[in-house]
Amino acid sequence: MSNTTQLLRFITAGSVDDGKSTLIGRLLHDSKSIFEDQFSAISKTSEKRGMAAVDLSLLTDGLQAEREQGITIDVAYRYFATPKRKFIIGDTPGHEQYTRNMVTAASTANLVVILIDARKGVLTQTRRHSFLASLVGVPHVVLAVNKMDMVDYSQARFDEIVAEYKVFAAQLGLHDVHCIPLSALNGDMVVDRGDKLDWYKGPALLELLEKVEIDHDVNTSDFRFPVQWVCRPQTDEHHDYRGFMGRIEAGEVSVGDEVTVLPSGWITRVKEIDTYNGKLQTAFAPQSVTLTLEDEIDISRGDMIVKTDHLPPKVEKEFDATLCWLSESPLDKNRKYLVKHTTRTAKALFSRLDYRVDVNTLEQHAAEKLHMNDIARVAIKTQQPLVFDSYEIDRATGSFIVIDEATNNTVAAGMIA
Amino acid sequence: MKLVEDNLRKHTFTHLDALESESIHIMREVAAECKNPALLFSGGKDSIVMLRLAEKAFRPAKFPFPLVHIDTEHNFPEVIECRDKLAADLGERLIVRSLEDSIKRGSIVIKDESKPRNPFQSVTLLETIAEFGFDACLGGARRDEEKARAKERIFSFRDEFGQWDPKNQRPELWDTYNTRVHAGENIRVFPISNWTEMDIWEYIGREKLHIPNIYFAHEREVIRRGGNVIPVSHLVQPKPGEKVEIATVRFRTVGDMTCTAPVESTARTVDEIIEETATTRITERGATRMDDQTSDASMELRKKEGYF
Repeated sequence: MSNTTQLLRFITAGSVDDGKSTLIGRLLHDSKSIFEDQFSAISKTSEKRGMAAVDLSLLTDGLQAEREQGITIDVAYRYFATPKRKFIIGDTPGHEQYTRNMVTAASTANLVVILIDARKGVLTQTRRHSFLASLVGVPHVVLAVNKMDMVDYSQARFDEIVAEYKVFAAQLGLHDVHCIPLSALNGDMVVDRGDKLDWYKGPALLELLEKVEIDHDVNTSDFRFPVQWVCRPQTDEHHDYRGFMGRIEAGEVSVGDEVTVLPSGWITRVKEIDTYNGKLQTAFAPQSVTLTLEDEIDISRGDMIVKTDHLPPKVEKEFDATLCWLSESPLDKNRKYLVKHTTRTAKALFSRLDYRVDVNTLEQHAAEKLHMNDIARVAIKTQQPLVFDSYEIDRATGSFIVIDEATNNTVAAGMIA
Repeated sequence: MKLVEDNLRKHTFTHLDALESESIHIMREVAAECKNPALLFSGGKDSIVMLRLAEKAFRPAKFPFPLVHIDTEHNFPEVIECRDKLAADLGERLIVRSLEDSIKRGSIVIKDESKPRNPFQSVTLLETIAEFGFDACLGGARRDEEKARAKERIFSFRDEFGQWDPKNQRPELWDTYNTRVHAGENIRVFPISNWTEMDIWEYIGREKLHIPNIYFAHEREVIRRGGNVIPVSHLVQPKPGEKVEIATVRFRTVGDMTCTAPVESTARTVDEIIEETATTRITERGATRMDDQTSDASMELRKKEGYF
């Protein structure tokens, strides 16, 4: 199987002071992703504000609502492409509500760029960003040591920061870390290498983004197919057709494979794999396909089809999870919520709050309530069984959202473990 | 960190495949969870891509939603022709509601016939949503179009006045979408949020989609007004002193005839358009939408009023 995607989703973590907006601006500008009308708009603004050079950070400037009210809206998505790859940047503001925003943006990211000011080194917020990246299971981390121009492009300073960071990253279980010295302001080692950092032999940031291997970010071993929609055309031509539509969340499946339907436990075989473009012999994650099965079994949305000889997922009504509380109204242990997990939504109770994690110190504290931005270990009971894997094994079948039935708001994000 | 070697790069599952699968997944979530959805279809290129994605999501069955067009009656005839032909070829139900109906009802008051009607589209859209009780409207908007869109969710919640509140959006994590609304509220869903203009053209090429011929270079009577090239039509006539000239142009977007400017181009095939898109130095809306040039926040304001 080869399914090398050319699409990389990444996020940037860091505050305005670390030069995050400048870095994104530099990446867009030097990769020639800025259009003339956009550039002329920020040139005019820079001039109006009395700046000598065009301020590239203005490219990520926000909406009128944000400018007028001095607030920042959580996540903006930006797009650029090079001949090698397409990129989606999840850009989050670095201020208040940071945990909520970063968790949201990181949930779909293959990679996170954590920014450090070379003068300041590893700070509390670096630890916080790294902890959140490990929590949400972002597979690849780039530590961008920015403002190297302010430390005379010193290799010793870079090495010192990298040594300190790597110890911390290892404790968090972040294994795939790459460190790059750069200057977003001057454009060194972002797209172009520049001539000040010749001692650094690794790839510049863009080159790394173009080449990082992301094939194995999806779990490729155990087939997981949450049923989204049952297709019953009931036309003369397709009278008895019953197709189970969904997206393969992990692994692959072939015609003839023995499969188990969960939670019922019925066993059958895959008859056909249908797509609009014709039938397939084998399909793999993350393809959206339609399966037809050998036997007539009662299957509906919310069920999961897995391969019988693969490691089975858990089918449980009680499980532990790490929760990130996203809502302004705190968690109320006496209330029932809804949990949406893959294609199944179930009523749920929080039976236990084990502890809350301080994202700055990683210390655990007893918790009675959870407020916005809190990260906590909890035990959950659901009215119907969920079919899940641990989040570490499979992001798609190990994650869920919590919905408040009264307001219909999404109030928390959960990771099963 | 393991890097992909260029010579080992395999392209069997491309970025277009990834985007397509994501869009199909989103459409199926809408079908499964929303009670009464609709797909907003204008006959423009993005909504034509949406139709192909809906075919991929639901065939061999019919679409689990009707197609709905809010007609400003300021549309290019070629686009309307294409709209009707595509809906008929697919055998899907097309509901058309016109701004003229709202004007007759008095909910829209037009002062100047030659002015763009986009600002009023939201009125008729909201009336149509109320008429049919739609709880979800699938739209073909993309985040790369405009900075207000860049901050909008894929499942974008609207209150009972159809308003978008950018400060109060539901967090959207993984691919787990919250589709729940109370009666009277609805959700706008944008399955191609993550597509760019280039992706759309590459997909049109790959899928051999039929699009209105005004997307390709053709000769047309235009006038030049305030830096824009404006197509002459029954709605736009030269003012005294303005000269009508014949130019070779194509449209990058097809909207209201009074405010959609063509670009000068000789691209007559999808491949030539892709080539041109790769080298163009001006954004899609910046080049073609005069109504978005009036203020830095035009789109944001329209969205807040209930626009797509």
